[in-house]
Amino acid sequence: MGDLSEFPLKYKLFLKAYPWRRIDPVPWAPLKKPLKDSRAAVISSAGLVRPNQEPFDDSIRGGDYSFREIPSDTDVSTLKDTHRSDLYDHSALRQDPNLAFPLDRLRELVKNGRIGSLNPRHLSFMGSITAPGRLVKKTAPPQVRKLVEDGVDIALLVPV
Amino acid sequence: MERQGISTVAIQLLRSVAEKVRPPRALVVPFRHGYPLDKPGDPARQLAVLEAALKMLEDQRLQPPAIVDYAPK
Repeated sequence: MGDLSEFPLKYKLFLKAYPWRRIDPVPWAPLKKPLKDSRAAVISSAGLVRPNQEPFDDSIRGGDYSFREIPSDTDVSTLKDTHRSDLYDHSALRQDPNLAFPLDRLRELVKNGRIGSLNPRHLSFMGSITAPGRLVKKTAPPQVRKLVEDGVDIALLVPV
Repeated sequence: MERQGISTVAIQLLRSVAEKVRPPRALVVPFRHGYPLDKPGDPARQLAVLEAALKMLEDQRLQPPAIVDYAPK
């Protein structure tokens, strides 16, 4: 089970003391159209990159706040795990990147009509960003605008 | 994204974090880190998690922050 007991004491203490950001009131967008007519995008924090993309940089203080664009026709088996954290078992993700970037599953959902379509672009980030200000202020807003311009209706956020 | 009209649902590994951050929709899964969608190489189990997340998007009764536990069958 995913809980704090998975982690060494110093990380448990860090997570308990961390000043998590929250937004009040919680933003809320009810579904505007049936899922079968909706366009979906995946946003992952598993640090996955395509073979021709730079790995995420684990030397950046406060965490790498960049992103990688993953086209929807990507062969998921070619995605490389470049996440810096040593707090979890990476073997499952390396065996099956769908575990954190479920493009194959979403293609199946489109094929069987459960969702309408996949956005041509999806986003890969690396988690473990302890100083998220640059992500919040610089990286995220233009990417959200692009997703809106793409016509994305729903976004699935997958951690690792 | 929600403010821009995109409905979101997050797969959530730590319920305690969801309760502090209060995302619009979070599906709390009983899997350890590194296994957010259950088992590698098991499409049926991965799809079951995704289906539960999609149902949260469809559920008009939910109010934010909507934090729901996923129970594998």
